[in-house]
Amino acid sequence: MSDSESTTQAGPPPADMDEIFVEHPFRQFVAMYFRNYAAVAGLLVFVTIVGAALFAPMILDLDPFEMVDEPLLRPGEGGHLLGTDNLGRDLFIAIVYGARVTMAVGGAAAGITLFIGLTIGAMAGFYRGWVDEVLMRVTEFFQVLPPLLLAMVLVALFSPTLETVAISIGVVSWTGVARLARAEFLRLREQEFVKAARSIGARDRRIIWLVIMPNALPPLIVNAALTVGIAILFEAALSFLGLSDPNVMSWGKLIGDNRDYLLDAPWTVTFPGVAIFLTVLAMSLIGDGLTDAFNPKLRER
Amino acid sequence: MAKTLLSVEGLAVEFDTRDGVARVIDDLSISLAEGETLGIVGESGCGKSMTALSIMGLVPIPPGRIAAGRIFLDDEDLLQASEARMREVRGNEISMIFQEPMTSLNPVYSIGNQIAETARLHEGLSRADAFQRALEMLVAVGIPAADKRIHEFPHQMSGGMRQRVMIAMALACQPRVLIADEPTTALDVTVQAQIFDLLNDLKDRTGTAIIMITHDMGAIAEMAQRVVVMYAGRVVEQADVDQILTDPRHPYTQGLIRCVPHLTQNPTKERPPLLEIPGVVPPLTQLGSGCPFAPRCQYADAQCRAEMPPTKAIDDGHTVACWLTEREAAA
Repeated sequence: MSDSESTTQAGPPPADMDEIFVEHPFRQFVAMYFRNYAAVAGLLVFVTIVGAALFAPMILDLDPFEMVDEPLLRPGEGGHLLGTDNLGRDLFIAIVYGARVTMAVGGAAAGITLFIGLTIGAMAGFYRGWVDEVLMRVTEFFQVLPPLLLAMVLVALFSPTLETVAISIGVVSWTGVARLARAEFLRLREQEFVKAARSIGARDRRIIWLVIMPNALPPLIVNAALTVGIAILFEAALSFLGLSDPNVMSWGKLIGDNRDYLLDAPWTVTFPGVAIFLTVLAMSLIGDGLTDAFNPKLRER
Repeated sequence: MAKTLLSVEGLAVEFDTRDGVARVIDDLSISLAEGETLGIVGESGCGKSMTALSIMGLVPIPPGRIAAGRIFLDDEDLLQASEARMREVRGNEISMIFQEPMTSLNPVYSIGNQIAETARLHEGLSRADAFQRALEMLVAVGIPAADKRIHEFPHQMSGGMRQRVMIAMALACQPRVLIADEPTTALDVTVQAQIFDLLNDLKDRTGTAIIMITHDMGAIAEMAQRVVVMYAGRVVEQADVDQILTDPRHPYTQGLIRCVPHLTQNPTKERPPLLEIPGVVPPLTQLGSGCPFAPRCQYADAQCRAEMPPTKAIDDGHTVACWLTEREAAA
């Protein structure tokens, strides 16, 4: 039988081992992400907000609580780009400083959500049996509690600090991630490549985190990006209700403080609202781009 | 004969099902010598793959259960070995390749990464050394332009190429036993032949013994030195490949051989009707006391349906479990 394909001739070995690593998959990942223009736009918005949150306070060195002018000035009036709020504080500066808190709490809460959700979902889906039963009953217990109410109770029970707020949001919102991770694990654990990984002697820990997890990630990544958005909304809701640290400026707090002037000075709630909207939208677009980038089937050489 | 490398003695595997206990493997005894290729043939559901999983220590427990038997690698009983020891054995001493090359590779890692993984896991090689090993393996299994394709992902390769990658993965640590579970079932015939050649070639070079699981008598003729025919979890016939092909004794073996279509010069006139074995493998929860093949056997009589035939040696290394042979020998 002619078998031209199975020649056992070695090609010239690469001169340098570095050559082998040149086409790192990360490059393909980045290339795929940037092919999605909406995702690039989302990333730009996100980077702008994070950049402003990080650097503006360093450069400006202002106090967002300082009353700088008359209350409820219109945007542009008195040299205030976005006007002033009910206590005469500069709205633009407040939003820039608020981005810090919003981003930090949103990110931390999403991190806690993912950590709890992934661990519980992965264990339940991978081990099945009684582990699954117990973990899913726990998950259902948390699912039937009204999340905002539970978060409010948690913040009220403990001190209203940013840490408490982030943890509370994490504790009430991990159930979706857990169920999603469990479903992915249940599907993936039966795949042949998991059997193949076992047959080369991989242990459970390796199979869960290195073999199955990367395959389970695409939907979870999208979910993570959305989770950041949801956590930001949550934080806004809590500070709107006055259940956050009153000594730090946040977007939710701005809306909450100014809600009585909604009809007289709509910009005082609109601008923080737009900030929240843009951030959540950016996270959603980023999630979309990440899905594309994570899917090796969309990559081309 | 060469030294025995792997032997399975009186293995029985049971599964709890809704319909009761299914004994998927019953009193299975096989042995594999160094450098030998052992073929295990049978239809779907005969316990071939379960035999492989038992040897690998990968029978899902529960619902499965090893009810009896011992599996020796050299002098070590693998069924008594700890899970940590089994992880050392898997991939390092006994490897396995699977039926579906399309799904046996992890889609998120490059193939080089996956082959290197085995070497890193068992030999603690550095990343660069493991990649070098992966490259050597890809060359050995005949992947053209291996230094380029090492970075490719599974979806960029054809089925035959992926099966080669699987073989490279399985052989990366030079295991002493390779279990090939229907390695060519999902491939084109031409590619099948290439894979057989490759396996034979690698066996000659490395001395790895192969357990070849298949339902294809043609593959057996191509690859195996010894053949075990399984039916409903039992060994019904065992012999050298020549004996099986020229002098099959068990009606089931005869049926399997007749099922292989033959090429003839003038197909339209000379082609005889292709024979089949009527019926299917019975549900393993419903086996009676008789020969499990009796309901499908054209020679079956009352004794076949009532009593299990004993395994009888009729020739050097040729054993059969059938009342027909038993009576012939008595007469």
